[in-house]
Amino acid sequence: MIGGLFIYNHKGEVLISRVYRDDIGRNAVDAFRVNVIHARQQVRSPVTNIARTSFFHVKRSNIWLAAVTKQNVNAAMVFEFLYKMCDVMTAYFSKISEENIKNNFVLIYELLDEILDFGYPQNSESGALKTFITQQGIKSQHHSKDEQSQITSQVTGQIGWRREGIKYRRNELFLDVLESVNLLMSPQGQVLSAHVSGRVVMKSYLSGMPECKFGMNDKIVIDKQQGKGATSDDSAKSGKQSIAIDDCTFHQCVRLSKFDSERSISFIPPDGDYELMRYRTTKDIILPFRVIPLVREVGRTKLEVKVVIKSNFKASLLAQKIEVRIPTPLNTSGVQVICMKGKAKYKASDNAIVWKIKRMAGMKESQISAEIELLPTNEKKKWTRPPISMNFEVPFAPSGLKVRYLKVFESKLNYSDHDVIKWVRYIGRSGIYETRC
Amino acid sequence: MQEWANQLCENRQFGSKMTDSKYFTTTKKGEIFELKAELNSDKKEKKKEAVKKVIASMTVGKDVSALFPDVVNCMQTDNLELKKLVYLYLMNYAKSQPDMAIMAVNTFVKDCEDPNPLIRALAVRTMGCIRVDKITEYLCEPLRKCLKDEDPYVRKTAAVCVAKLHDINAQLVEDQGFLDTLKDLISDSNPMVVANAVAALSEIAESHPNSNLLDLNPQSINKLLTALNECTEWGQIFILDCLANYTPRDDRESQSICERVTPRLSHANSAVVLSAVKVLMKFMEMLPKDLDYYGTLLKKLAPPLVTLLSAEPELQYVALRNINLIVQKRPEILKHEMKVFFVKYNDPIYVKLEKLDIMIRLASQANIAQVLAELKEYATEVDVDFVRKAVRAIGRCAIKVEQSAERCVSTLLDLIQTKVNYVVQEAIVVIKDIFRKYPNKYESVIATLCENLDSLDEPEARAAMIWIVGEYAERIDNADELLESFLEGFHDESTQVQLQLLTAIVKLFLKKPTETQELVQQVLSLATQDSDNPDLRDRGYIYWRLLSTDPVAAKEVVLAEKPLISEETDLIEPTLLEELICHIGTLASVYHKPPSAFVEGSRGVQHKRIPIRSGSGESSESQDTGGAPGATEAPAAVIPSQGDLLGDLLNLDLTPPTSTAGAPPGPPMPMGGMDLLGGGLDSLMGDESEPLGGDIGGSPSMGSGFGAPAAVMPSSLNAPVGGGLGDLFDLGGGVGMPMGTFVPPKTLWLPAMKGKGLEIMGTFARRAGVIQMEMTLTNKAMSVMTDFAIQFNRNSFGLAPAGPLQVPTPLSPNQTIDVSLPLNNGGPVMKMEPLNNLQVAVKNNIDVFYFSCQYPISMLFVEDGKMDRQVFLATWKDIPNENEAQFQINDCHLNSDAASNKLQGSNVFTIAKRTVEGQDMLYQSMKLTNGICVLTELRVQTGSPTYTVSLKCRAAEVSQCVFQCYEAALKN
Repeated sequence: MIGGLFIYNHKGEVLISRVYRDDIGRNAVDAFRVNVIHARQQVRSPVTNIARTSFFHVKRSNIWLAAVTKQNVNAAMVFEFLYKMCDVMTAYFSKISEENIKNNFVLIYELLDEILDFGYPQNSESGALKTFITQQGIKSQHHSKDEQSQITSQVTGQIGWRREGIKYRRNELFLDVLESVNLLMSPQGQVLSAHVSGRVVMKSYLSGMPECKFGMNDKIVIDKQQGKGATSDDSAKSGKQSIAIDDCTFHQCVRLSKFDSERSISFIPPDGDYELMRYRTTKDIILPFRVIPLVREVGRTKLEVKVVIKSNFKASLLAQKIEVRIPTPLNTSGVQVICMKGKAKYKASDNAIVWKIKRMAGMKESQISAEIELLPTNEKKKWTRPPISMNFEVPFAPSGLKVRYLKVFESKLNYSDHDVIKWVRYIGRSGIYETRC
Repeated sequence: MQEWANQLCENRQFGSKMTDSKYFTTTKKGEIFELKAELNSDKKEKKKEAVKKVIASMTVGKDVSALFPDVVNCMQTDNLELKKLVYLYLMNYAKSQPDMAIMAVNTFVKDCEDPNPLIRALAVRTMGCIRVDKITEYLCEPLRKCLKDEDPYVRKTAAVCVAKLHDINAQLVEDQGFLDTLKDLISDSNPMVVANAVAALSEIAESHPNSNLLDLNPQSINKLLTALNECTEWGQIFILDCLANYTPRDDRESQSICERVTPRLSHANSAVVLSAVKVLMKFMEMLPKDLDYYGTLLKKLAPPLVTLLSAEPELQYVALRNINLIVQKRPEILKHEMKVFFVKYNDPIYVKLEKLDIMIRLASQANIAQVLAELKEYATEVDVDFVRKAVRAIGRCAIKVEQSAERCVSTLLDLIQTKVNYVVQEAIVVIKDIFRKYPNKYESVIATLCENLDSLDEPEARAAMIWIVGEYAERIDNADELLESFLEGFHDESTQVQLQLLTAIVKLFLKKPTETQELVQQVLSLATQDSDNPDLRDRGYIYWRLLSTDPVAAKEVVLAEKPLISEETDLIEPTLLEELICHIGTLASVYHKPPSAFVEGSRGVQHKRIPIRSGSGESSESQDTGGAPGATEAPAAVIPSQGDLLGDLLNLDLTPPTSTAGAPPGPPMPMGGMDLLGGGLDSLMGDESEPLGGDIGGSPSMGSGFGAPAAVMPSSLNAPVGGGLGDLFDLGGGVGMPMGTFVPPKTLWLPAMKGKGLEIMGTFARRAGVIQMEMTLTNKAMSVMTDFAIQFNRNSFGLAPAGPLQVPTPLSPNQTIDVSLPLNNGGPVMKMEPLNNLQVAVKNNIDVFYFSCQYPISMLFVEDGKMDRQVFLATWKDIPNENEAQFQINDCHLNSDAASNKLQGSNVFTIAKRTVEGQDMLYQSMKLTNGICVLTELRVQTGSPTYTVSLKCRAAEVSQCVFQCYEAALKN
């Protein structure tokens, strides 16, 4: 299990050091600093073994978090824990920075005492933790006996992510389908790989212990219903809209065995913000933009680049925050750009031409052309032409996912599914959206 | 460190906001004194502030242990935050102040009775972290109460506390019956209590490999599976990792567990997913392959594995390392998922390299075009390691998918044209392999390769190029000139290049004898006369003798047909792979090493195995693995579980030196030719002769010296020595003249019970300068035993068999024979505990057996261990006094001369003798095979049966062993 946990600033100075196991000595703190933080070269692995001690590290801005062990621990668990630790810290004091860590070091020690016991991760849901580990440190003493046992039963209970007795005057639900569409395209326009990784993010403000059921146009579910004798007309309609989900994972509140057997998503939601599910699709993806590059080398000191982008969605919809990055060689001396729409600038520090367009409707086309002057070099190695990348945001789900229903049942309190105000929103963003040139 | 404290100090002066960071600002002078005053202040707030400052100093590494009593005094408080801080301090310093730590006991006992469950849990949690023996005893009662507490939060904390206590004092935990209470908690109503109890028990069980602590049976498994649905993500991981250790009774049970575990594949926590994958991969082995469910399960595994690749990069890395194993074990799972392993431009380098590895493993005729296009793209990237690996991958594709070979070669040629130095070199190395795989097909490119001769500066590339020139000497007009140009700087080349150059020139000579006579003379004399490298010299002499005695034979040997090279390289050896599959998700799977290779102590020594399929119609397959379960049980029982590298032994693969006709040559490994890959095995393969010079070219034996040509050399020369003719000739004699060395009586090493009827008694002796392992083998089974072979694990002094185990087979039932195995110390070295421990694997036609024995260290005392007086004096003074050890030998009735004589027989040499006041002082020296000198002073009081030995040695670890030898030698 985890033997110790250290937090360092960018210089390698220890901000937090908590040792859980006897086999981890103080020298481990220095070993990591010397061998990893102060190492000249780029990090070659997130797991480092120094003198039979293994170090797992993650970096958040310029803060290093390192977990140390001498045993054969579950490596995936250690990383998941480190991410979780970051989430908890963020939940308590927003940004993870040197200053915030120093300002909250007593709190962090208190958290570390609670969420890791002898190196075993314990309940680390920030919602639950916040009920009894507070920044003021005073609250904990004023709990009544009932409150105390409520805390312990929540921390250890089956529904560790939600406490009893939550009340809202207005029961409200916000559901966001956030997708990032990833693409790697060859210069000839052939799709080398494309996938959508999506998340269903919720904000729930519901009273009591509601039971929720979430439905979407999952192909397996729809096909099943068709099998149950829906009319042919219906099936044709819904069949077209259903999507094939390659894989999905759920927040721990979702009953996985039920999903496995019936493919229904039912859960008692945490209060406030959480990510209900993640999913991945690869079939029938709507690629919102197509990038057509044309690079011509004119002699040894000049490049001509022409890039066309085409929007490929309903003309009534608007894409936003469009940005195209066209990489330029390291020995670029000057760039002239002409674009039909938006603004384009050569950014020498990024070695790229950045072309920004605020809004663009569907089924449109736009073009940029640039002349790049190069300095003559002796370097033998050719410029490797990194891919042209693109960023954008569109108001639909590129995977085609549609929310069919989200039902809320709370038998003990007197509100029904109809009384809950529900909001659904679809946002498609670019993930790694690249076209080779 | 001080720096940021100071910097903060400044901030504070400028009136920064009052936050916790101010506690890092203590002034240097008299700070301890000031803190002391503050800690003893009457004001609560001031006290708390002071404790915070103490903790801050502790964090940055300052020693604040002097404040122990003052801080502990603050413990009696109802302020929870202050209490937690004091506890934190206590956990850090209790060990260094054990007497004072006792002061804390009362508070713990009191807190464990507190009405607030949070305080009870806090007390029990902290208590277990106080590693002071005296205290632990006081804590048993409170712990017992907390284990039965009404509040689940306290119980789950107490469960972990048992593991903590066990780590401090295992005996105490057993005596107090905590283990039974912990077992009861597995049936607790609260899932988190169950999960923590499982975690604690698993950990405790790891240090008691033979105990039946976890006692997994269908009922308890059922409880665990129920808890699995209800507990936190972390609890699910503990339970799944524990489940993975269970071996279901039959395929039906296996299937029902799999069915209940599969839903976990959709969990958002990657660790839960990977642990579930581990359980499934393991239990799947037991399902009959024709079962529908088996196919369903295979299909279910792919999507979650792919999803892991959209996690954060660090987790992707862990996932990829595991996928690499899974792909080797069950390639069918991910064979259609090639695209997801394509490298993204912004992936961290460690992710890129791993993806590339998996791409090659998944490459097949169906996807090769896509893969090649990608690889070509990668070969122009920035990171040198990545580019090299990409180029190498192209070569591997060519070898793996024959249809693609031509395209690969042309891609490689394109890359060579880029003239980027490391790309060219890498390309040449892989082209050499392609030549070997497809002889007489692509030699037209040789001309292009030769153009790049000058730019090659890496040994591997130079060696590859030289091999190509030598191999195709007849087609290259100026081969002699090319090789001659290398010869100029012969002594500056690395061994790899030198060996290759030697072989290449001999090949050239055999092909074009007339014009190259001078060249071959030159290289032979360079290799034999001017070189210090034994490998090079040996190879040189052998060629020389071959060429001078029988040129025709030379041609047959040197220009022999080369064995085909294998398609897959870098495959993990099957037994190791199986073990690693059982460790999916853990560090072992990330390192691709068994836990014993990186975990100290007893933990992780147990070897995990995949259960065998029980279904019918699979008999051939179950036979394949048939030897495996037996092998797992054996080490657990026979070898005392010390923290040593049993793993290496199990991973060795024993091939009999001579396969007797009629008898099957041992259980075949599941993957036919793969055993060639286990380095070092070549030593055992006397019959697997590889022609000289054939050892380059993809074959992994490259660099392992010459591959033991059976035709040319007497078989006794196949010894695994790293060269050196002297060693070789020593091996000829079996039993030399005994020189009076003390030989301990034979002891039972392997009881017939554990050896499936084979009983081995044995001892060690040193005869005529050769260490002999003398064994009496008795066949107590009903059937004949054949095909004996022996292998040692790595050990402290690198002992290794100097030849194959010569057992006049067959060994019929009830027959007993004595065998003597000469040993040398050229084997791999690894420190053992105890130092003189030796782990041995003996194989026969029935199974592989493992045992460990201890050899007297006197076997390692060499004959020329006598030190010069002056040197002795100087050395004695030179060795620091900490390294001196003193022992007493009681009941010894020899006088000093007799003792000296006796010891001399064991190569312990008396250098000087002095008599002071009726006390004889003998000064003696001995030298171990690895050059360690041991110096002793033996004091013999006339008339007293007690001897005193003072011993000095630079490697103080050996003293205990040396002392045992003294005692044994003197008393016999």
